[in-house]
Amino acid sequence: MGITEILFWILAVASIGSALMVVTSKNPIFSVIWLIVTFFTISGHYILLNAQFLAVVNIIVYAGAIMVLFLFVIMLMNLDKNTEVQKGRWMRLIGAVAGGCLLLVLVAGLRSTEARATQLGTGDIGLIQNLGRVLFTEYVVPFELSSVLFLTAMVGAVVIGKRDQTGRAAVATAAATTAGTLEAE
Amino acid sequence: MDIRYYIFLSIALFVTGIIGVLTRRNAIVIFMCIELMLNAVNLLLVAFSKMHYKALAATNPTAGTDGQLFVFFIMVVAAAEVSVGLAIIVMLYRNTRSVDINFLNRLKH
Repeated sequence: MGITEILFWILAVASIGSALMVVTSKNPIFSVIWLIVTFFTISGHYILLNAQFLAVVNIIVYAGAIMVLFLFVIMLMNLDKNTEVQKGRWMRLIGAVAGGCLLLVLVAGLRSTEARATQLGTGDIGLIQNLGRVLFTEYVVPFELSSVLFLTAMVGAVVIGKRDQTGRAAVATAAATTAGTLEAE
Repeated sequence: MDIRYYIFLSIALFVTGIIGVLTRRNAIVIFMCIELMLNAVNLLLVAFSKMHYKALAATNPTAGTDGQLFVFFIMVVAAAEVSVGLAIIVMLYRNTRSVDINFLNRLKH
């Protein structure tokens, strides 16, 4: 077992553990922080798979922009107290059992798939040189459409968040600013 | 590395997100669980892209690039979705003073 396999197992355990902590944390702030940890471990997986561009974009966009937006909204709404009313014990149990059944079905269905190897650590398709060339030749129309999508999201966030000409539009403005930053990226 | 380990890891992350959506009542936590599911799919797409590359690299040196670009576009759409979705949640909070989804059943009536 080489160093990459050991790293894979460490990252896999860390990502599943932190994903479980996202679901089980009572405080939404802790959920956000554990989700950031999950995103960092997933970025670690991307680096192991030699997809460096996606690893960096994952950290910048998800951990950097989206999660900050979540934290911002939670703090603006004073949700950082343990005020969440839990679902009943039976509802939680049923939810967990339903998810467990899905896990069981998917694992049982895919258990006997053909054992094909992925390539860890080598190969340069994940570098920005290759991805950028393909993105600006074959995928240039979806790329431009995504900028229109961002503009729509920015306008939509402002329109939804605006309240009858008075203040309180701070969150919507923050959302719009984040969308604008992402578009600039 | 066997592709099945990546499949099982992604299934575990995805199911964790689904359990979160089914068992929590806070709208923001449910939204974060949706992000978790999107990331599980992204991880699987990258793993499949590298599997494809390993199989076809001899004939096509850029095999598997499409999968990674799909991940890029998923991230783009997720960013737009989050900005609009959080604006909706903020508006709901202003109207109901709560983000508990059990109070948001007004659309039924």
